[in-house]
Amino acid sequence: METLLGIKGPDFVMLAADTTHANSVIVMKEDENKIHKVADNLLISTVGASGDTEQFTEFIAKNIVLYKMRNGYDLSPKSAAHFTRKNLAESLRSRTPYQVFMFIAGYDVTEGPELTFIDNLASAQSLNYAGHGYGSMFCASIFDRYWHPKITQEEAYDVLKKCVLEIQKRLIVNLKNFNVSVVDKSGVRQLEQISSKSLLDYNAAA
Amino acid sequence: MARRYDSRTTIFSPEGRLYQVEYAMEAISHAGTCLGILAEDGIVLAAECRSTNKLLDNAIPSEKIYRLNENMVCSVAGITSDANVLTSELRLIAQRYQFSYGEVIPCEQLVSHLCDIKQAYTQYGGKRPFGVSLLYMGWDSKYGYQLYQSDPSGNYGGWKATCIGNNFGAAISMLKQELADKESIKLDEAKDLAIKVLSKTLDTTKLTPEKVEMATLQRINNATVYSILEKPDVEKLIEKYNKLEAEAEAAKKEKQAQQQSKS
Repeated sequence: METLLGIKGPDFVMLAADTTHANSVIVMKEDENKIHKVADNLLISTVGASGDTEQFTEFIAKNIVLYKMRNGYDLSPKSAAHFTRKNLAESLRSRTPYQVFMFIAGYDVTEGPELTFIDNLASAQSLNYAGHGYGSMFCASIFDRYWHPKITQEEAYDVLKKCVLEIQKRLIVNLKNFNVSVVDKSGVRQLEQISSKSLLDYNAAA
Repeated sequence: MARRYDSRTTIFSPEGRLYQVEYAMEAISHAGTCLGILAEDGIVLAAECRSTNKLLDNAIPSEKIYRLNENMVCSVAGITSDANVLTSELRLIAQRYQFSYGEVIPCEQLVSHLCDIKQAYTQYGGKRPFGVSLLYMGWDSKYGYQLYQSDPSGNYGGWKATCIGNNFGAAISMLKQELADKESIKLDEAKDLAIKVLSKTLDTTKLTPEKVEMATLQRINNATVYSILEKPDVEKLIEKYNKLEAEAEAAKKEKQAQQQSKS
């Protein structure tokens, strides 16, 4: 039900996540942030079985912080993604696997931006754009049409607006708000929320 | 009485010493010498080979220098069988890290992980410490070229140049003297220096290529290149050193002769 989106540009990665927390058919809250800041240049967004998302993301995040504490330097985004995938893969083969879908987004001074898609079966892929959840089904074509290798942060934010507009138009589930965060060489920033309200006078064709 | 405090590793003597650990270090200071020098464009390790029996099969290219992973190489001084256990442990540690994080282990993490294991043998009862000191040379993206040394107590440190094994004290003070006025040196200079220090500190009068094993580690085109020097190359280095030494000797004699004729 929940939706995550991610776009990688030449020097940044932008993530969007809806803010709905639902239990069965009931919406419990509308302001849950699913994009977690893990390190100075690392974001993780997670959806999946509620509880698992919190538990697993926190486990990974604390381990990444521990790594920095022990060694005095950060884990690179690539390594962080590899570490996450490996832990999820091990959990998958246990009696109680975590059911989570996530994006690991980071920026490394030498390696550049990195967006890793990880699904509940611990398949990991480094991608330029991707989505998780039902909402992502409507976004593949938009990403495909509007993403280009030199995409700027403004353009990427606009692509996300187009995606949210489409989700709110076509998906039967009501996903009102999307939090947007970006990670680049200067660190992590939260951008303005994309909501049905902020999209009122948005013209997707322009 | 002396038996009371040195038969177990885990018990302090009244003076606060761990005898077994000290004995292990003593054992190493009789082992074949190993030295390492950090240069600005690479690192060199040189090791003395004690077993130069003619009947020995030369098919094994290297007996004292071991490759650990893509970016690291080590040489050992001490009990070889202990060293074999430690090098395989090192290789395992390096591969486990790679399995977890998908990239090569940073040098210091590998060294410090092994030292945790070595330390445990100075604290938990029933076992003796590893009778091995190691020199590690490596490269990583965080700190570039690095040279480390670790001993049986589990201590380790990073060095510009250092030496373990027989006569290590003399070798270190010589390295200190040679490198005192230099901020950094080139790899070729480091190779010459390694030969010089080895030939002056080894007990044998003449250095031969059979007695030394040398390896270098460099970073070329974004790849770590490790190479064991071939015997003819080592011979060339030794000849170069001998020639320089002979010239220095001749100059000295001439000077003496001049002084004598003056007086």
